[in-house]
This record gives sequence, structure tokens and C-alpha cells, in this order.
Amino acid sequence: MSVMLKVRNIETYYGPIMAIKGVSFDILEGAVVTILGANGAGKTTILKTLSSIMDPEKGTIEFMGQRIEGLPPEKIVAMGISQVPEGREVFHDLTVKENLLMGAYLRNDRAGIKRDIDMVYDYFPILKDRTAQLAGDMSGGQQQMVVIGRALMARPKLLMLDEPSLGLSPLLVKEIYQIIERINQEHNTTILLVEQNAPMALSIASHGFVLELGRIVMDDTCQALMANEDVQEFYLGIKEDSVRGAKRWKRKKKWR
Amino acid sequence: MEFFNELTQTILNGVAIGCIYGMVALGFVLIYKSTEVINFAQGELLMLGAFISYSLITQLHLSYWTALVVTILAMGIVGAILERVVLRSLVGEPTYAIVIVTIGISYFIRSIVSMIPGWGTDTYGFRTPFTDKFLRWGDVVISYEYLSIVVLALVLIAAVFVFFGYSRMGTAMRATSQNQLAAVYMGISVTRVFSLTWTIAAALGGIGGILLAPITFVHMNMGFIGLKAVPAAVLGGFTSPPGAIVGGLIIGITESLAGVYLEEGWKDIAAWIILIAVLIIRPQGLFGIQEKKKV
Repeated sequence: MSVMLKVRNIETYYGPIMAIKGVSFDILEGAVVTILGANGAGKTTILKTLSSIMDPEKGTIEFMGQRIEGLPPEKIVAMGISQVPEGREVFHDLTVKENLLMGAYLRNDRAGIKRDIDMVYDYFPILKDRTAQLAGDMSGGQQQMVVIGRALMARPKLLMLDEPSLGLSPLLVKEIYQIIERINQEHNTTILLVEQNAPMALSIASHGFVLELGRIVMDDTCQALMANEDVQEFYLGIKEDSVRGAKRWKRKKKWR
Repeated sequence: MEFFNELTQTILNGVAIGCIYGMVALGFVLIYKSTEVINFAQGELLMLGAFISYSLITQLHLSYWTALVVTILAMGIVGAILERVVLRSLVGEPTYAIVIVTIGISYFIRSIVSMIPGWGTDTYGFRTPFTDKFLRWGDVVISYEYLSIVVLALVLIAAVFVFFGYSRMGTAMRATSQNQLAAVYMGISVTRVFSLTWTIAAALGGIGGILLAPITFVHMNMGFIGLKAVPAAVLGGFTSPPGAIVGGLIIGITESLAGVYLEEGWKDIAAWIILIAVLIIRPQGLFGIQEKKKV
């Protein structure tokens, strides 16, 4: 597997606040990779920087051998990076089908677009039944399906998902994750998954990064991460001993 | 029969004027929906379009139809230039600042028109293929002039709706007005959408100008029609393109009826009375949707 995305020392600011403090990582082609981290760690900022919604102050991003930092967002999409943003950002007054077609906005191969719409309907059969319904009138889970399907319509080489499980029932989360896995396997789409739901993310990813306060503090295979005491405690919620209160004060993260 | 004849003509006149109000209102709505700015220069764009078509027809001796097409194109270019030069540099500024700038643009257009030789502050007219022709239908006499306005306006409005409803770019423009961030993630260039929005709005203004010219003649104060198009847009809900057209028609017809059947003076306030009445009963306008946000 070759390196698809090479991120080196990026620093991204919100005004005067440095949200990403020099982050570097590689993503291999065809892999499922996850970024774990608490609220405000900078996960979404990394995705926004990769999508060029935000420009890094420093550092470089290389995608398939080409530098992409600072390019206009539409160029990034055209190169094959699609993002499913956090919070189910559907086009509420467009129908499901129109939403999906917008995902293929930059494509011109009519036949291919039609095939891919069928592919999305195959992944999410409910969308086929609701094809003429306005996306704004659908339930949260269905809207999540619309935005994932919409991102697939761009035929991404790298699909980035920001909190796809947010606000969904456990059953639906499982369903969505199975489909993410299928997308990876059937189309060899590289997947970058940003999650709070660490157990779910670690279960399908092969490699993970732990992000804290704008820095990557761990970079390892998911097996190693799951075995790590700190990850177990702070991200998976597994406690070693049940002496009440003791760990809260005594345990410190080793990476600090 | 005399009464019926008068009524038909009054309503037709109202529909014709209403179509033009609707067109200007549609310009307001399109720009508001995609950029959240009310473009107070919309009326002046109409005035500029009327002057351009006047020059094309009387000075360059082009045919009415050629002039119509050239005016639409020229006004589209004017809109694109305005967006590129003035409005793009204001992206991110507070909305009220941009709205004030559009008022500035309107005065700028007025001054330019008054300075151009052959335009200035006089009143002009031009002949169209429909001037002084009438359709007789029993006792009812209908002027082609008004009929042509209705037909042309409806055709062009239909074209706008087909573009927004079915073309990829049109859908992308609707998408951008609904969720700008998501549109960026689709690879839709928001600057291109804004530019095209201004192009279409200005072109609509230009069409309004060339259609209105035979009725009111071409003069510098044509832009005040914007004062009637704003209530038309508000009546329709301000975010609804079909609402803008319906609002325009309601105001046009009311005004026309009030002009014929009521005392002098009612004509000019009729639009506002209707507006206030509708807003009392339906504050969101006829086609407006009350903001609902699903979380």
C-alpha cells in the first residue's frame, strides 16, 4: 500500500487561536483510519484544513503526490477528496435525488452518475423509496444516509467522515458503520473517520491517531490502541479497578 | 358591455405591470436568497436596461427583438461586473453594510445615466412591433402592447424557473442558498454562484426595463418601480421566487383597479395597504415558510 495522504506539520488558526499545533501523519491507500479525540481537540479542524475550508498557516499536505494545501475547495473535491461534514448538512429543500446529484456536481459522465445513484440506493434502500422527498423532512438517520450517499456520488478516493454516529441510535450507528466498511472494501475507498464514538471507530479502522489539544499524541495500529491503558480508560471507558474516586485523581495520561 | 370592456383592460394592464413588478421582485428574491442582501439597486438596473434598449432601438436602429437579446446580455454583464468589482470585495462584511452599498450603486447608476450624452434626465420613448395594434374580441379591445408584456414576461420567467428547477447549475444555486457550507463540500464554487446570481438578477432588471419602456417611457426615475417591487417580494414571502411573481401580480392588478375605480391617490398606496393587510394575517408572506430548524 502506498501513501495517499501525507500531512506535515500543519498549523491552523481560528483567528489568534492555534487549533492545530503542528500535526503530521500519513494515510495509506485503501486504509480505514480514525482520528480520536475529545471535544475541542481539533479533529474537525484537521478535516476542514484537508478540505481547504480552512487554510493552514504552516505545513504541507500532499495528496497522491501533489501539494494541495491552500487550493480552492472545489479543486480538492475534483482531485478525489470528499467530506461528510458533521451535523447532517443536507440541502433541506432539495429532494433526495437532487441532493445525490449535487454530490456529482463536478462530474460529467451521465451514465456513471446514474450507475452511482443506483449504487447509493443499493447501500441505502430507504433512500430509493424516498427519492422524491425533500431531504429536510427526513429523520436524522436518513439525513445521515443522504449525506454519506451524496459524498459517494463524487467518487472520492479519500472519504472523510466527521462524526457519522452523532445523535443516531446504536442500531443505526451499527448499520452506518457496516456500510462504511462495505464502501472501503467494495470500492477500495480510503476512509478517514473522525469520531467520539471510539469503540465503534476502532472496530472498523486499521490505524488510529489520538488527538489532544491540537497535537497528535498517539499514532498506532488500532489493535495497539485498544490495548493501550490510556486509550482504554479515556476513550473506551474501561476501568481497571473500581476503587471509587481513586483513579480520577491518581491516573495521569502517560503521553503528557 | 362598456363596463366589462373597461374591467378586462384594467385587469390586463394590471397583469402586465404586475409581471414587471414580479420580475424586479424576483431579482430581489434571488439575490436575497443566495447572499442575504437586499439589492436596492434592482430598480436602477431596470432603468439602465430601459436606456440601453432605447439607445439600441432609436440610435443603433436595431430591431426590437435584437435589442431585447442584446439588452439582456448587456445587463447580465453589468450584473457580473458589479458582483466582481463591488460585492465580492465585501464578502464577510456585515449585511447592513452591503445593503447600504447597493443603495450607493443605485445612485451611481443614476448619475452615470444622467451624464451619458443622449440619455440624461429627459423622457424618451421608442416604438415596438406592438405599438398601436389592438386585438378586438367582441366588444373587448386589448392592446398588443400590454399583451406582449404579459407573454414575454411569462416566457422569460418560465425560463428562469426551468433553469433553477432542472439545470445542474440552477440546482447548485438553490443548494448554495440552502446550505452554503455543504455546497462548498460538493465542489460548488460559491463565488461563481454569487456571480451568476447577480448576472441573472441584473438581466431580469434589464428585461423589466425594456418591457416597461412602452408604458411609462424611458426616464431616470423608472427605478422607483423598485418601491413597488419590494412590497411584491415581501408579499410573496421574500424567499419564494413564485411568491415574488404572485406578489407582483397582486400588486399590479390592485393598483390598476384602484387607479380606475377609486379616487385619485389610492393607486399609489394600494400596494402598501394590501401589503399591510397580508402581513397582519400572514406575517411570513403568502409563500413564505416560517423558519424551522431541525436539530
